[in-house]
Amino acid sequence: MDLSAINPILFVAGFLVAATPLIFAAIGELVVEKSGTLNLGVEGMMITGAICGFATAVETGSPLLGFAAAAVGGALLSLLFAFLTQITLANQVASGLALTLFGLGLSALLGQSYVGIKPPRLNDINFGPLSDIPVIGPILFTHDIILYLGIALVAATWAVLKFTRAGLILRAVGESHDAAHALGYKVVRIRTLAIMFGGACAGIGGAYISLIRVPQWTEGMTAGVGWIALALVVFASWKPWRLLLGAYLFGGITQLQLNLQGAGVAIPVEYLAMSPYVITIIVLVILSRDKSAAPACLGRTFHASS
Amino acid sequence: MIRLEKRPQPSRLFSLATPLLAVLATMFFGGLLFAALGKEPLTSIQTIFWEPLFGEFSFFYRPQLLIKGAPLILIAIGLSLGFKAGIWNIGAEGQYIMGALFGAGVGLAFYPLEGFYIFPLMVLAGAFGGWIWAMIPALLKVKFGTNEILVSLMLVYVAEQFLASMSLGLLKNPEGFGFPGSRNLQQYESAFNGDLIAGSGMHWGVVCAMIAVIFAYVLLTRHRLGFAIRVTGEAPRAARFSGVNPTRLVVFCLGISGLLAGLAGMFEVSGPAGQVTIDFNVGYGFTAIIVAFLGRLHPIGILLAGLLMALTYIGGDIAQSQLGLPAAAIQVFQGMLLFFLLALDMFTNYRLRFGRTEVA
Amino acid sequence: MKLTTLLTGAAMALGLATTAMAQDKTKVGFVYVGPIGDGGWTHEHDKGRLAVEAEFGDKVETVYVESVAEGPDSERVMTQMALDGADLIFTTSFGYMDPTINVAKKFPNVKFEHATGYKQAENVATYSARFYEGRAIQGHIAGSMTKSNIIGYIGSYPIPEVIRGINSAFIHARKVNPDVQFKIVWAYTWFDPAKEADAAKVLIEQGADVVLQHTDSTAPQAAAQEAGNVITFGQASDMAQYAPLPRVSSIIDDWAPYYIARTKAVMDGTWTSGNTWDGIGAGMVGIGEISDAVPANIKAEALALKASLADGSYHAFTGPLKKQDGSDFLAEGEVADDGTLAGMNFYVEGIEGDIPQ
Repeated sequence: MDLSAINPILFVAGFLVAATPLIFAAIGELVVEKSGTLNLGVEGMMITGAICGFATAVETGSPLLGFAAAAVGGALLSLLFAFLTQITLANQVASGLALTLFGLGLSALLGQSYVGIKPPRLNDINFGPLSDIPVIGPILFTHDIILYLGIALVAATWAVLKFTRAGLILRAVGESHDAAHALGYKVVRIRTLAIMFGGACAGIGGAYISLIRVPQWTEGMTAGVGWIALALVVFASWKPWRLLLGAYLFGGITQLQLNLQGAGVAIPVEYLAMSPYVITIIVLVILSRDKSAAPACLGRTFHASS
Repeated sequence: MIRLEKRPQPSRLFSLATPLLAVLATMFFGGLLFAALGKEPLTSIQTIFWEPLFGEFSFFYRPQLLIKGAPLILIAIGLSLGFKAGIWNIGAEGQYIMGALFGAGVGLAFYPLEGFYIFPLMVLAGAFGGWIWAMIPALLKVKFGTNEILVSLMLVYVAEQFLASMSLGLLKNPEGFGFPGSRNLQQYESAFNGDLIAGSGMHWGVVCAMIAVIFAYVLLTRHRLGFAIRVTGEAPRAARFSGVNPTRLVVFCLGISGLLAGLAGMFEVSGPAGQVTIDFNVGYGFTAIIVAFLGRLHPIGILLAGLLMALTYIGGDIAQSQLGLPAAAIQVFQGMLLFFLLALDMFTNYRLRFGRTEVA
Repeated sequence: MKLTTLLTGAAMALGLATTAMAQDKTKVGFVYVGPIGDGGWTHEHDKGRLAVEAEFGDKVETVYVESVAEGPDSERVMTQMALDGADLIFTTSFGYMDPTINVAKKFPNVKFEHATGYKQAENVATYSARFYEGRAIQGHIAGSMTKSNIIGYIGSYPIPEVIRGINSAFIHARKVNPDVQFKIVWAYTWFDPAKEADAAKVLIEQGADVVLQHTDSTAPQAAAQEAGNVITFGQASDMAQYAPLPRVSSIIDDWAPYYIARTKAVMDGTWTSGNTWDGIGAGMVGIGEISDAVPANIKAEALALKASLADGSYHAFTGPLKKQDGSDFLAEGEVADDGTLAGMNFYVEGIEGDIPQ
């Protein structure tokens, strides 16, 4: 055992990267859930974003265009979910699961000719002398723009939800769609927009995996990150900053586990791997006293005349 | 202006017609997809839907429908009771795994002893495994008011890791040359859940699924508990006034769905699958949620929906090998079917109104 | 449970169905555990299938089903292929072992080939590749080229196949460099590119300048490229898109020669059951081109090692060797027998850490 082999600076920098896809997918889902809709199709939207982004980046040579395409792809797929749950009033749990199934298949079809190709690289931002600051430099100033965008998105989501009228309306719709409707807000339209935002975010998160973190395209490559994102939203009790913290914790546990193994520490890998979920459940129990945590209308179908 | 108006009663006509319409729409759009992939659309559709039921080798595929459909139906029946009452267990996959682990664990503990009592004990253990796993979200909900959707979902991942740990460790076949996975229960007479009539596909899991369908039907239509479930789902407050105990209902609904999911896992591991392996679970617990909704939470509907799902899996595999369709195309096709069923289901409970919005 | 024994006769009905389907074309089925687009294990098997088609043209028809779950689904797919008149069926995952045996019992006239398993029957042959021979070459190059003397190894699951590879690589790395250390990380997955990338990054951060992988995605290659000054080896496929650096060579699963030979045997009526465990010599294990990033003398040594493994003059597990606990494994000049290799569940002397249980 040689714990000194673990370089804490690189370890932290590593899990910042590992957490980014989670942050995108989860912050999108947070907004969706805040509007009172539960979309279990995150995994399907992520993988669709992963291939849309990958294909576009390869064809155009521009990773940034790839990310834009991923957002569009994810949002388009989420429109299917929005149509099912908002227009035809189908059950959200079933629709979300169907969306994941569909997204996994669709992405595999789209990606058939992209196996084994290397995508163009997105360079890290050059911060100049900033990245030479000891400790802080390599941790904070050695990443690509999307990673910073993820953190900015968390901040923006927090600010919008907390301070703006739009945020207030979104929360109102999630807390009581009937009251919001009575006040004249377009519940269906607001939720559809929230769902599309969630789809776009999930798409970017997926593309971060296929373009930066891995980077390659293979079928099913998101390997369950979308499901972890769902857990993360709960873990964060629908609060953006806590979500950021949770993403680092979730991402950090995998990193820590691999680091410990590399250092020769014998650890029961499976039990460590299940720990984020157990912790999430414990958090849920602790939070249960705070009845305001979960949006009251989460998962309920809204129909104007009922 | 088109608007939706809630029907006072779900339409009987549409509840029968929409699944047919959805299947037809899927055939049409799926055909377009297959044509786009360069395959003969009619042949593809025929291979998926016709071949398993009435093709040359239907004597083999029909029993397979039961084998593939039984776990789906068994789990979906349990889930539907909770769903009707607004209690959302979406962690059936985890309960399925735990049922299999408990059931197989008990069976393997007796190995190589033979005895008539081993299989019944495994059934009990499997049911217990699923039940206890579902009791976690149930008790947390009752005691602390935590959301059962999220807790049950989290427990799926915990169960998956547990499964990996078991198949690499405790339950690993000591004669398996170090490969992960348990002994094969198919080769252990007392623990084997084989076809009751050879080649019929009728193993105890299928029998149990049939019993569950009948049980659920009777419960929902004839029993007071069924009434409590329906009332709670439709009007929770009214339910409380009419003397329904919500705590007991949560414990009952989650318990029964966990128990049935555990049974499904146990029958699968001791029969068709035979072994506990890392990849033992193939998503039945999640697919069953879809099946429950496709079947409109009605026992007979679930029976049919489960068989339909099984048909698309089996027909899909045939289409892959006979026509060279990629597995992804089959997945998209299944996704379409679900979308159409879910979307068209609207017509059962709502009707379209054309014209100006009237003031209520 | 008991009724089954009374009515086994019904199963025979299944067998009868196929004999009526004599055709002039030889039909070969393939059951895959992953999608053919996985870029690794299944992708390479599918290349073998395409090679069979290319070799025999009109005389053969191949069919495949991808992403077949182990267990009852695989059993159904195999049966379906046999019913559809397949003469030969390759089942390409360890987990298909018992299902293959089950189906083979019902179809005595259909030949089955199960990859990486250990159960044979009259009409079930098994085949696997001696990937550890390729690992020996990797170990040699890795040991010669490492400057930090730390070699990272990404394992999938702690099973004999993987442990054998670790041992083989370690033995040959130590031979050329007595100071070399292995850092082993278990990913506990066959396929999760993001996790593989993380594992590679962690190993590199902990000082490894060579990363060996026993998982199939190119994620570790990309991680190594980004880190710079790290060399890697392609796994399953050549991964030539990462040559000349970081990928300096590779182990390629080349199933084509075997698939062609076995198909030919079925056509000629000379097929017999057996256990084939081929290595570099028979062409089942391919060594991808050693890139120019490897110094010429090391490359020459590696090629010499490859030649001696290929012609059988050298065995990758040749004594004297001890087990990790210090007990004797092989005496001077003794080579490991296949049984020991097949069930290998211990590290050789010098590797640190325990195999997870």
